[in-house]
Amino acid sequence: MKYVDEYRDPQRARQLADSIRRTVTRPWQIMEVCGGQTHSILRFAIDESLPPEITLIHGPGCPVCVTPIEILDKALAIAARPEVIFCSFGDMLRVPGSEKDLFTVKSEGGDVRVVYSPMDALTLARKNPEREVVFFAVGFETTAPANAMAVAQAARLGIKNFSILVSHVLVPPAIEAIMTSPDCRVQGFLAAGHVCAVMGMGEYEPLAKKYRVPIVVTGFEPLDILHGIEMCVRQLEEGRAEVENQYARSVRPEGNPAAIRQVCEVFEVSSRKWRGIGEIPRSGFQLRSEYEPFDAARRFGVDQITADEPAECIAGLVLQGQKKPHECPAFGLRCTPERPLGAPMVSSEGACAAYYRYRRRRPEGEADER
Amino acid sequence: MPEDFNLSCPIPIDRHDTIQMAHGGGGRLMQRLIDDLFVAVFSGTAERKTRSPLHDSTVLDAGGARLAFTTDTFVVNPLFFPGGDIGKLAVCGTVNDLAMSGADPKWLSAGFILEEGFPIEALQRIVQSMQKTAESAGVRIVTGDTKVVDRGKGDGLFINTAGIGLVPDGIDISPARVQPGDVVLVSGDLGRHGIAIMSVREGLQFEGALESDCDSLCELVAAMRRVGAHLHCLRDLTRGGLAAALNEIAGAARVGVELEEAAIPVAPQVAGACEMLGLDPFYVANEGRLVAMVAAEAAETILQIMNGHQAAHGPAIIGRITGDHAGCVELKGGLGGSRILDLLSGEQMPRIC
Repeated sequence: MKYVDEYRDPQRARQLADSIRRTVTRPWQIMEVCGGQTHSILRFAIDESLPPEITLIHGPGCPVCVTPIEILDKALAIAARPEVIFCSFGDMLRVPGSEKDLFTVKSEGGDVRVVYSPMDALTLARKNPEREVVFFAVGFETTAPANAMAVAQAARLGIKNFSILVSHVLVPPAIEAIMTSPDCRVQGFLAAGHVCAVMGMGEYEPLAKKYRVPIVVTGFEPLDILHGIEMCVRQLEEGRAEVENQYARSVRPEGNPAAIRQVCEVFEVSSRKWRGIGEIPRSGFQLRSEYEPFDAARRFGVDQITADEPAECIAGLVLQGQKKPHECPAFGLRCTPERPLGAPMVSSEGACAAYYRYRRRRPEGEADER
Repeated sequence: MPEDFNLSCPIPIDRHDTIQMAHGGGGRLMQRLIDDLFVAVFSGTAERKTRSPLHDSTVLDAGGARLAFTTDTFVVNPLFFPGGDIGKLAVCGTVNDLAMSGADPKWLSAGFILEEGFPIEALQRIVQSMQKTAESAGVRIVTGDTKVVDRGKGDGLFINTAGIGLVPDGIDISPARVQPGDVVLVSGDLGRHGIAIMSVREGLQFEGALESDCDSLCELVAAMRRVGAHLHCLRDLTRGGLAAALNEIAGAARVGVELEEAAIPVAPQVAGACEMLGLDPFYVANEGRLVAMVAAEAAETILQIMNGHQAAHGPAIIGRITGDHAGCVELKGGLGGSRILDLLSGEQMPRIC
């Protein structure tokens, strides 16, 4: 497949791994921020090709995993209403809220639909004027432009029966939160290429300077990730802490100005809770006051729903890179993709689910039980 | 890190009190429902310990003749899709399940659940498609049933088919015969049906027309049976794709499966669509592909037979059976590492980004 195969070439991968091996002289801990990168690393067993000095720490960049439980409870309350068509990306449907997930609401009669774009939800709203169509606007900076565009279009066209439940989070504040944590082990970052394709690289310069940490904007294919690691290791070994762009085929330093304009027209920066991490100041988006009529949380009066997150699993430690998924006592036993204790086990981008799918060997005895 | 951050986790959803879509998704939830409810009740606990591994159809002894018997229900949306329709699917699905036991399919039943208001013209097209498919597969539709439900109580049309086939003497094809050293083959490229359905259902546009692989496999199997006892096990790839089929066989036969990722055929359009949607083609549905486990010495012969057959589309040797890691399907990637091809809990869900 063109534009994919050339970034999965085994010979080139071996060359990059060799180059990393030659460059490294001591242990380094590098965090890949994005869940898509975690997925690739596990799927292509990239970590297995690295020298033992390099430890990859899986970061909090999976939107499904960091969506706090109280937003899920709000989503569930809205989705259960008879007049609502609740639209979501597919992988949010299995994430447990306090008591149930969206699949359960669907089986109880809620009209829950998987869509591929917020524009699909807007189309549904135009086709079903007697219903309320709500889109679950989850994601990092990557999904924000399309979500903003849907809201702006709804406003322009006067579509009154469309609203979004916003759960938007931002990468740079998460990097800052990780770097200021007293238990921080991260010495270098692979930043998320798609996020930077939208927002550019400007926000990362002050972080690299302030925390003396190399940040390499990196893509998602195996060769991208290996190349990103190589660039990061080189900086670490040479004592540099710069922002570099591995993913130049997609990322321009200034990002995508049209997308940024669209985002800024509709959203403003606000504090956000992160599942497993807690509230981080100025770490997400909310709708600007002129677009508040499109805020589903207000429209359906679920603003007041709060939920405590009981401490059972170690999602917080995993999302901060302090523990590997399989170091959790519940991993693969009490916590599986069918019965997730925490969100990282739900999304295929979640670190726990990626480990479960690609690393866990079924215990020998299990086949006998069938 | 903020002062008040807590290590959070939702209360687990312990069990489902109601049926979820994932109970029909071909993954682990469905397997549990079958094992823990249907098989447990229908076969009795004493017998359950000793029953032979479940197969696509069951082979029964009828006074000397060996009958293969199976049933399948079809609820596809849309009813007409590129490369087929629900009628063709209903015949092929059941015929293929019989063929996977090594049987020659002979007779089918057809049960129709029709929703009030369903156009007769569409029903006529579907029934004619069933008859045409049955004729080319060499089976007769000999009995049936019709029910009509109120508008809103059905999705237009559901079809159930059951089938009976005859297993020729000397043929024994079942998961129990799979053994370490066997070679694993597929009859063609993967994922066409699932992506074709999805592209129509969701209005996704891909370069080049993509048609479902929906097809009868009984003639192909009849040709493959020429290698005799070397043909150990067959499975048609349906919901859950290659991953589900091989996980079932690995579990049932208590063997491991090792696959070479680069050897598994996937058409560029399917691979591209999967990349875009965040899907794994090895989990996407097929309706006209099979996986075969054969003795190593017969692998090349089988591959040649498949290569010359019109129901095979780029067959390939994709891996082998091992005695290690029983119950587990391992995929060796092009970059040298390996990963587990596990059973999903339900249907694959497209990823956010």
